[in-house]
Amino acid sequence: MEKKRNGILIFSEYSRGAGIKKALESSREDILFELRESNLRGRGGAGFPTATKWTLVAAASADQKYVICNADEGEPGTFKDRVLLMEYPELVFDGMVIAGYTIGATKGIVYLRGEYEYMLKFLEDYLEQMRKDNLLGNNILGKEGFNFDITIRLGSGAYVCGEETALIESLEGHRGEARNRPPYPVNTGFLGKPTVVNNVETLASVPHIVTKGGNWFRKYGTDKSTGSKLFSVSGDCEKPGVYELPWGTKISELLELVGAKNTKAVQVGGASGICIPKSQFDRTLAYEDAATGGSIIIFNESRNMLHILKNFMEFFVEESCGQCTPCRIGNVKLLEGIEMIEKGNYTFAYINNLKELGRTMQVASKCGLGQSSPNAFLSILENFKEEIFNGNGGQNGK
Amino acid sequence: MLVLERNTLTEEIEKLVTKYGKERSSLLPILQDIQRKYKHIPDFAQQEIARLLDIHPVEVYSVISFYSFLSTEPKGRYIVRLCKTISCDMQGKSAVAKAIQRELGINFGETTKDKKFTLEYTNCLGMCDQGPAMIVNERVYTKLTPEKAIQILNELK
Repeated sequence: MEKKRNGILIFSEYSRGAGIKKALESSREDILFELRESNLRGRGGAGFPTATKWTLVAAASADQKYVICNADEGEPGTFKDRVLLMEYPELVFDGMVIAGYTIGATKGIVYLRGEYEYMLKFLEDYLEQMRKDNLLGNNILGKEGFNFDITIRLGSGAYVCGEETALIESLEGHRGEARNRPPYPVNTGFLGKPTVVNNVETLASVPHIVTKGGNWFRKYGTDKSTGSKLFSVSGDCEKPGVYELPWGTKISELLELVGAKNTKAVQVGGASGICIPKSQFDRTLAYEDAATGGSIIIFNESRNMLHILKNFMEFFVEESCGQCTPCRIGNVKLLEGIEMIEKGNYTFAYINNLKELGRTMQVASKCGLGQSSPNAFLSILENFKEEIFNGNGGQNGK
Repeated sequence: MLVLERNTLTEEIEKLVTKYGKERSSLLPILQDIQRKYKHIPDFAQQEIARLLDIHPVEVYSVISFYSFLSTEPKGRYIVRLCKTISCDMQGKSAVAKAIQRELGINFGETTKDKKFTLEYTNCLGMCDQGPAMIVNERVYTKLTPEKAIQILNELK
């Protein structure tokens, strides 16, 4: 295992089980209150308030409820969940147990992406140790009637399963295709029961909030984006890796921190995110500005933006689940457009039509995949048009 | 397929159904175990799984065809998946890809004649800070160079 890190929130001091102990001494309302105070929002990218999600499930009446940890981290450029699961499993699992206590669930499921199968043994052993220490199982830490256990389920290589309803479909033994919403998983989730689906990082924030309070958490970040964020930094820089920074950090500050030189563009939010050019490096990383699930990919002056865009679009063509037309056909058309530009065989009228198609996909696609896949297309064509449309097929970079 | 093999497979699937439960939600774990062992999910296994879980065989096939780690066609003993996402691409994926193709004598999407290696591309392995990266079965290898990748494959040979 790698050396423990230092950070302001997630990477701060924490001892295993402390959050569970504190939670069990409090009432469910108290935990929800602290969570509301913290203003924690989902770290997967969508940013839905966690307290609202938990409150809805807690209020639902059902014989069975579920806590699902979404560890299907598949966004290009993201690897924060890998670090959390391998180095801080206590935060993730304690967060799940606290969620189970708060909403009244007895079962937790970790949906671990198939690519992370190598972690399985380590995580299973860790859960076994938690059972031995009475942090999982029946009457946890002596709390009469509170039973909760966690199982791990593996994905099988499908990016779309990171979308919460597709993930639930996959867990139920179906193709990972997004469901119509409503109903939402908070009412009709896994096997039709009320279900909390949270990102790994969201759950990892919970034990800290429970032990140190919502106010402490809210001290960091901005008004609308409280707390800290884990950023997975890769691409052209000296020190790639996972960084914990407060929300509201400027892109230029992050670039300095990671030793990025001659940076031309930064892809914020991975393939489904937006590409930010040099002129906008004073923008901040926050839900209200450049929102991200954590992926930061840095491109220096030597990179060909059209090549990068093509890589992203190939990704979406492969990963679209295919059930809705805007996404299934739209991504293919956008990729064709890129290939035409590459060959220098295009008209601006056609490219403008494709941009229109991209905007249609953003509103007409069924789930987040198709709604966000045109982001890179639109932002790269807009921000790097001189480079791309210079008459030689966008080949002035390497 | 010999009758004897069929019986063994049926018994094996029955055991898996007992282990994971007869519910539809057990489908993926059962398929994953069969895939891991046989490097694909044979037609007969699909039918047996469908029968034992009481779902239509077409449903089983449709699930298999959806997930990139499940297949109906036999794969090699070692499935080599090289990450082609942008961070790995920028760190030199192409040179590694060419070297592996040369050394194994196959293209991406193909299996060697001795059924030892299948070569595939994969999307983001979550190793963007240590690329280029590949997984062989479930083991991950990072910071590959053409030389290092070939050395890893030779050790498996």
